[in-house]
Amino acid sequence: MAGRDTFADDAMQFAPQLYSAALRMTRNAADAEDIVQETYLRAYRSYESFEKGTNLRAWLFRILTNTFINAYRAKQRRPQETDVDDVDDLYLYRRVRSADFSSRSAEETLFDLFTDDEVKQALEDLPESFRLPVLLADVEGFSYREIAEMLNVPIGTVMSRLHRGRKSMQKALAQFAAERGLLDRSPADAAGTDQTRTDTTTIR
Amino acid sequence: MADCAETLRELETFLDDELSSDAVAHIRTHLDGCVDCQQAYEFHAELRQVVQAKCRGDEMPASLLDRIRSCFGDGLVDPGDGKRR
Repeated sequence: MAGRDTFADDAMQFAPQLYSAALRMTRNAADAEDIVQETYLRAYRSYESFEKGTNLRAWLFRILTNTFINAYRAKQRRPQETDVDDVDDLYLYRRVRSADFSSRSAEETLFDLFTDDEVKQALEDLPESFRLPVLLADVEGFSYREIAEMLNVPIGTVMSRLHRGRKSMQKALAQFAAERGLLDRSPADAAGTDQTRTDTTTIR
Repeated sequence: MADCAETLRELETFLDDELSSDAVAHIRTHLDGCVDCQQAYEFHAELRQVVQAKCRGDEMPASLLDRIRSCFGDGLVDPGDGKRR
């Protein structure tokens, strides 16, 4: 059991991480601030139920995720599917390899290929049911089991949403890079379509 | 020793560090001996790093910290307890 008197000292260090994650969830600064504040209020009020010695960061992220879901799920009645059936598991890898980056080192290439804004955009454009698992796994480093608990879904569901969400993100990243002329527009592995302009809005 | 198809199928779970130690050893052995799979592995490991590095570290408004701290005093904390602010 943890005492409220130590809450600020224990928990405030995670505020910047929670704020960044909240931005990815809500996609705007005002809403992100609101859910982080709400998260801290809820966490403070229930800090006695936090088991000392367990993972405080995971506990706070769980509250953040729940706060977001409760506040915004009702609002966001967007379609929750993402069309990635035509996307190969190695889609981005093959596209990047087919481009000629031999003049630069492999290490630099991938970091330089996408801007910060593009990567954020690719994540934020995912439908919520894919965005949350990808954010919690790939950005925040939580395990399948932790994410399953946060989202209250089975581990198998976490895995399949991660898989589809990551593929969808890779497709978006490839399109961003193609728009800047860094990758070919018509990759060898794109299923059937060779037209240059038809596949730019397939993410949702 | 795993083959290429099995390695690529398990690559995502391997990168997530969610395979059994036996399965991890299997994949590692294959990666050590297969340049193609090793390259695919390195690409996806690096992609994870890129996504993580670029999706974090947004600057938090300083005023948010004050907002959060004000919650702690919102009738929930004895204002006279000398807590830091």
